[in-house]
Amino acid sequence: MNTSITEDSKQTSLFQSKDPLHLTIGLLFITTLLVTLGNLIFPESSALHVSDYTVSLLGKYLCYALLALAVDLVWGYCGILSLGHGAFFTLGGYAMGMYLMRQIGDRGVYGNPELPDFMVFLNWTELPWFWVGSDSIVWMVCMVFLGPGLLAFIFGSLAFRSRVSGVYLSIMTQAMTYALMLAFFRNEMGFGGNNGLTDFKEIFGFSLQSPSTKLGLFIATAIALGLAYCVCHFIVKSKMGRVVTAIRDSENRVRFVGYKPEHYKVWIFVVSAMLAGLAGALYVPQVGIINPGEFSPLNSIEMVIWVAVGGRNSLYGAIIGAIIVSYAKTRFTAIMPEAWLFALGGLFVLVTLLLPKGIAGLIPSIKQKFAKTADPVEAKS
Amino acid sequence: MSIDKAGSPLTASENIVPDTRHGVILYVEDVNLSFDGFKALNNLNLYINDGELRCLIGANGAGKTTLMDVITGKIRPDTGKVNFGQKVDLLQLDESEIARAGIGRKFQKPTVFEELSVFENIELSLTGDKGIWTTLFHKLSGEQKDRIGEILYTIGLVAECHYPAGRLSHGQKQWLEIGMLLAAKPRVLLVDEPVAGMTGQETERTAELLTSLAGEHSVVVVEHDMAFVRSIAKKVSVLHQGSVLAEGSMTEIQANPDVIRVYLGEEQG
Repeated sequence: MNTSITEDSKQTSLFQSKDPLHLTIGLLFITTLLVTLGNLIFPESSALHVSDYTVSLLGKYLCYALLALAVDLVWGYCGILSLGHGAFFTLGGYAMGMYLMRQIGDRGVYGNPELPDFMVFLNWTELPWFWVGSDSIVWMVCMVFLGPGLLAFIFGSLAFRSRVSGVYLSIMTQAMTYALMLAFFRNEMGFGGNNGLTDFKEIFGFSLQSPSTKLGLFIATAIALGLAYCVCHFIVKSKMGRVVTAIRDSENRVRFVGYKPEHYKVWIFVVSAMLAGLAGALYVPQVGIINPGEFSPLNSIEMVIWVAVGGRNSLYGAIIGAIIVSYAKTRFTAIMPEAWLFALGGLFVLVTLLLPKGIAGLIPSIKQKFAKTADPVEAKS
Repeated sequence: MSIDKAGSPLTASENIVPDTRHGVILYVEDVNLSFDGFKALNNLNLYINDGELRCLIGANGAGKTTLMDVITGKIRPDTGKVNFGQKVDLLQLDESEIARAGIGRKFQKPTVFEELSVFENIELSLTGDKGIWTTLFHKLSGEQKDRIGEILYTIGLVAECHYPAGRLSHGQKQWLEIGMLLAAKPRVLLVDEPVAGMTGQETERTAELLTSLAGEHSVVVVEHDMAFVRSIAKKVSVLHQGSVLAEGSMTEIQANPDVIRVYLGEEQG
């Protein structure tokens, strides 16, 4: 009898949403390959040509997908509804922005080899201490992860240790990103005030205007998304993933079973914030600007909607949601920009009412339908 | 390997061995607790012997659940002493440390991890290092799988092994929760209203289950169902207004005039 249990346990449970790791990574790889070929090989007159504009746009979507993955990890799996993930995204973006700012060198409007334009404009004579070292790649890479990670660690430790949860936590995360937005709007902060950081020239010595750099950034984003997906998949499928899901279902029970939910929540929050930071860092060179507007709570809410539409508790769902909603936004804002927010809100309401598990929730039910028609007995068991 | 980066001073609390040379596993002495002037626990004294099955009865508000909250670290008493064995001071530990030290608790309302399978529910409750990094890279050993199999057999949920716990019936959830407690190999099991809402047959099975657990574990059961208490209890403690009113066998208790006045009397009236 015991042996049968042992064998059974090797299968994944029936009801759990299976995460098709190979399929997702495979699709991502093929898409990236096709876009690359379409951009490089086919001439502009060909129907298979992918324009430079599309490449940048897709790169941006993939950044959003990475960000959605981060939101899904904390919300879908751990039940922490963060309405402030935009803060981590933007901090990662600023870390990259600072590095790109320093790469401009003396090609800025004021031609100052040391100071970025906005500092010259403010009559500053030397770099503030927190800009020291920002011209090094190592510094930039560290800050992309450390900045958001540290903020998440401090915020998470304070909030989760005092057992703040639910709607109160959501409001606090929103207040956090709003406070950062107000702070970064101030010129004295030293991050370019409301103009933010922009006018970038090159990244790692490659011109940001050249189509091949854009393609390179797109490919880099695709690789980052693939790696992040593997990391999230590993976490979610590990025992840690089950503890985290258990925390979402019944935090008290987890505590009385002997785990410390606070530690797990802080950990997963920090990992998620770092992924969001990475998404921000990849986003900035592709759009060419980072400003405090990215901290706006509205952005963070939009991220949550991506995940809700795609399907929380499903990693590929988050990616699908981010891409579909962002594509809809691109289309919609071109036709009727003022109606977009209404459409977004309407979409959220509809999804919550009709598709509580999002688009990813449709897939098992479709499968089940086919299974039922094929073999009713099998489907029942 | 026991890497717990979380840095709790009592990470090794699995290794806490309660000193039970005097035969007592749980000491609750002179415990007082008040909420806004209401004395929920009033100079409460209770001693649970190693391996015994004890029933706690008492009217609503007598302090039964509050007492469990105090023992498991959910609430800190105003004054008093709660010891696990002779030496381990439970008031110095938090909930997860107390759980790892060997005191398991079943809630009044069955609380299981609804989205996880029955198997996974037990898996998470197994003894072992519960730090983040160990959990992240953890693989189930054959021994652990056998242990899970044994527990599933004890609680009678072998066939439901891969069901999501949320799909179980009310009674099955209660058993699963008891199974989760067993997985942690506790010395003391605190069981809050295990048969509330159960059918007669389920109640009978639960009585068997709890009786079979006593001996190896000390079991404390809080229950309203007097027939059930009569069927399992050797020793009963009656709580009234936050303190122990009487203690003894069910027959003694039923004959006790104080108890008849405050508790059984109420039931008849």
